[in-house]
Amino acid sequence: MKLQDLANKLFLHTVSCDKGLSKDVSGGYVSDLLSDVLANCAEGSVWITLQKHTNIVAVASLKNLTGIIIVGGRELEEEVLKQAEAKEVTIMTSPMSAFETAGMVYQLLHESKGSEESC
Amino acid sequence: MNRTIEGSFQLIGGDFTNAGESSMQLKQKLTEIELGKDIIKKAAVVAFEAEMNVIIHAAAGWLRYYITKQELRIVIEDMGPGIADIELAMKEGYSTAPEWVKNMGWGAGMGMANMKRNCDEMKVDSVVGEGTTIDIIINLNNS
Repeated sequence: MKLQDLANKLFLHTVSCDKGLSKDVSGGYVSDLLSDVLANCAEGSVWITLQKHTNIVAVASLKNLTGIIIVGGRELEEEVLKQAEAKEVTIMTSPMSAFETAGMVYQLLHESKGSEESC
Repeated sequence: MNRTIEGSFQLIGGDFTNAGESSMQLKQKLTEIELGKDIIKKAAVVAFEAEMNVIIHAAAGWLRYYITKQELRIVIEDMGPGIADIELAMKEGYSTAPEWVKNMGWGAGMGMANMKRNCDEMKVDSVVGEGTTIDIIINLNNS
């Protein structure tokens, strides 16, 4: 499924690198520990977190993640958004909790994989 | 490729704003010379964890890389507090990072283990009060 579809269905607010919305999402990961994401998050995933400092951009870039969803209605600082734009990392925000966001992402990915298989 | 391709990046302790920059540049370089996806993935994790260790714990350091036909070697040398007990530092979950660094999601005691898991050889040398050198080799032939 495309990141754009996911963003639409979850009413996510895209705050950096719109052009990344055309990328495919192959999975998801929830963690606020950056080393855990480096160790365990698969390429092409969306990463759900409440961390919003500049290091998340490097993590997403180095791990080839499709995007980051910042939960809990947190706002990002201009510096972080600039960095994300420069490194072409798509960041989206949501007022929902990590639990709700992950549940919806899981369901949508599950459904989309099911429909791809039946085609 | 018979010659060695090499390069280095300077790391500044406490510079969280530019953390990851060296690793991203290294990843870019490895992508340019087409080292292979799995190698690049491993190197990105190794380099970033090493870079973060320097930024969190040391005053300054260097990340150097050497690429030959057989291997990618990454050497991280810092002027830092040093590691008193290397075996303990390698243990998953052990960290001496300050609380505010932990609040950023670093300092979970996973970094050294992440580095070890993503390389073929890892050597840690440290002198308390002087600094730490981590020498890492990723073999290029068995990917």
